[in-house]
Amino acid sequence: MTPKQPVFLALALICIGLGVFLYKAFVLDFPLVAEVRSDIWHIEAHLSFVSGNKPIKVSMNIPRNSRRFAIVDENFISKGYGVNVVTEGGTRKVHWSIRSAKGAQNLYYRASVRRMDRDIPQKIPEGLPPEKPDLQGAYREASEALVAEAREQSADMDGIVIALLLRLNNPQPDENVVLLLGKKDSDQKKVDLCVQLLALAGIHARSVHGIRLEDPKRNSTIRHWLEIYDQKQWAAYDPATAKRGIPDDYLVWWRGMEPLVDSQGTKNFSATISVARSEEPAIQAALEMGEMKKQILLDYSLFSLPVETQSVYRVIMLLPVGVFLLVVLRNVIGIRTFGTFMPVLIALAFRETQLPWGIFLFTTIVALGLVIRLYLAHLKLLVVPRLAAILVIVIFLMAVFSILTHKLGLERGLSVALFPMVILTMTIERMSIVWEELGALDTLKQGAWSLVAAVLAYLVMAIRYIEYLVFVFPELLLILLAGMILLGRYSGFRLLELPRFKALVKLESND
Amino acid sequence: MIKLKRKLADAGLLGINRRNARYTSKYNSRHRYPLVDDKLRTKTLALKAGIAVPELYGVIGTEYEARRLAQHVHSRPDFVIKPSRGSGGSGILVISGRSKEMYRRVDGVLMSQGEVEYHLFNVISGLYSLGGQPDKALIEYCVKFDPVFEAISYQGVPDIRVIVFLGVPVMGMVRLPTHMSGGKANLHQGAIGAGIDIASGATLKAVWRNAIVSEHPDTGHPVTGVIIPNWEKLLKIAAQCNELTGLGYIGVDQVLDKDRGPLILEMNARPGLNIQLANQTGLLPRLQLVERHQQDLLSIEDRIAFARKHFAA
Repeated sequence: MTPKQPVFLALALICIGLGVFLYKAFVLDFPLVAEVRSDIWHIEAHLSFVSGNKPIKVSMNIPRNSRRFAIVDENFISKGYGVNVVTEGGTRKVHWSIRSAKGAQNLYYRASVRRMDRDIPQKIPEGLPPEKPDLQGAYREASEALVAEAREQSADMDGIVIALLLRLNNPQPDENVVLLLGKKDSDQKKVDLCVQLLALAGIHARSVHGIRLEDPKRNSTIRHWLEIYDQKQWAAYDPATAKRGIPDDYLVWWRGMEPLVDSQGTKNFSATISVARSEEPAIQAALEMGEMKKQILLDYSLFSLPVETQSVYRVIMLLPVGVFLLVVLRNVIGIRTFGTFMPVLIALAFRETQLPWGIFLFTTIVALGLVIRLYLAHLKLLVVPRLAAILVIVIFLMAVFSILTHKLGLERGLSVALFPMVILTMTIERMSIVWEELGALDTLKQGAWSLVAAVLAYLVMAIRYIEYLVFVFPELLLILLAGMILLGRYSGFRLLELPRFKALVKLESND
Repeated sequence: MIKLKRKLADAGLLGINRRNARYTSKYNSRHRYPLVDDKLRTKTLALKAGIAVPELYGVIGTEYEARRLAQHVHSRPDFVIKPSRGSGGSGILVISGRSKEMYRRVDGVLMSQGEVEYHLFNVISGLYSLGGQPDKALIEYCVKFDPVFEAISYQGVPDIRVIVFLGVPVMGMVRLPTHMSGGKANLHQGAIGAGIDIASGATLKAVWRNAIVSEHPDTGHPVTGVIIPNWEKLLKIAAQCNELTGLGYIGVDQVLDKDRGPLILEMNARPGLNIQLANQTGLLPRLQLVERHQQDLLSIEDRIAFARKHFAA
């Protein structure tokens, strides 16, 4: 081993730790701050109908990942139905089928989507002009007349679309529009008609159907939009106002002339779409987005563990932080504690009890235990049975504490059960030995230092931000590890050595 | 604080971190530690090399044997019980006399058979041993210390600690028990540590509880300027311990028996740093000097001559 080896090792660890940390923070966009939250929308399509006592087939268009929204979770609830999801020609459909069903039936489609901005290449229509719609007689003439008028009054594609939409929306529509739209006009009809008319004019257009994710709603209405292919990209138009653009919160459900749902063998069919919103920490969002980027890093992160295990690791990952502090306290400051890691474990217990109660419970139990241990010294017991006896006494003390504080209505006292009993026992035993050998003063001094170390470790480990950082970026622990390795080679004075050896120089300067 | 740190560094103070990182971990290989951590092994080792140690009366390793302590001590009035793997002088019980069925502890307190047995139980079950492993209790000769220390020790036996680095005795002190230390020669417990001039074997100033003193607090006699008899031999034995144990940085603890001369009590592979206070000087320059000259220091005579030349007070 060369003397430089620990330094190189530490540097390598720091580089790896920092590298992974920076990569996660700035490439994978892991949030550095826990408080950032992002919205997630839960949409549900509920299809209800009565079985017509025939084989039932229901197919519904469902949303896909788009540039603006990512589907992070999706499920289909349909008792006894065969479910089949098909993606074809840019649309996604779910097919439910069952041979026989009786009475009222309910099918659900649920999805969670999150807003985002991504670059997904758009589907570009082939170079050929769109297929001319198959119109006959008066309809054909009316259509051609409308297109011709619109074309005359505009200079470009945008102008034609606006002119057509304005005509369709005119409160006093002309005859052609009335003929084509029929008596019951709707946004959907207008959009579909517009698509046909534009096809007649040789313009690629399509209808878009979706919902707006503005407010949570029990019954969201489907909004229709018109998209035309203009200058190498799809442009959207509001069919009601003829304005170009689409709202940011518009979730595209499906495209094309088809209805939302197609069903066979059903009666009294109804479909409702509801929207709910929830907030979640941004870290979750980053993770799910990262998953879509297929990062191997995430598949093997702490987030891949079950939630309960995760919460255990939230605490475990804090231990190195406390232990590092202890290394500094012992090897740089030079304080002496009972048991190497006892203060960190006590500090973990403080996390549950809160500090004032923790200190109170700890000192009371150790003090009572010590009194009993000093009495046990008279019984001349062998060491292991004596330790076992102290452990039992510590447990009894804890139980008595819990009962008393519970009766007094101080629920905090119950948390005494979280103290590490074996550690308390060993602490009491060590204290009593130091007491016998070095006296009460040294015992109290060392005990006080242990408590100070525990409190400091608690104060550091209680910083929420540190907890967040080491859990989300466990690679930071490599930097701590490097620090420990370097401290392992630290050969400078300990702070408390200075006053201890003060006499060494005082006299010298007098000489 | 920073000023104090610089001053201490200038004085050549060896801190615990540096001792561990640069000296013990470098010059003391781990597998040789048991030789000094286990006093029974140290004793056997010393005897093989012809170095005198306090006579071993018996070894007690089980509770059953503990009840038969009398067989080991016979009618001997005084003896010492020591944990074989004890650290820092803990667990040592000095019996200075007997009174019927009772044992008289060095501080005059009478202990019953049962109390002594209890102490043996604690020793055996590893209460005082490093890491708490099961241990053995050594029953050995109780040293009658040299009369030179009569006036400057309170009960207990004063011992002479010499730090030996690469076979060179670099610093020494004599530890004098006080009332406060309960007759133990342990600085932590309140014993006095008096530095020793390596060249002459005369005691220098002494440190007591981090303060400099020149008289024994209990007897009032001066602790400075006492010439330690047999100093040459003490140095020789200490220097020998380097080859004996294969450890490069050790503390050798010896006692001066009035009849048997220097006896090795124990060795320590992580000797304490208080010796610097007792000598009013830092260890570091001495260690560095030895390190620089280590090629030339082969024979014991050379090493002692080197020490006497360079480490005179």
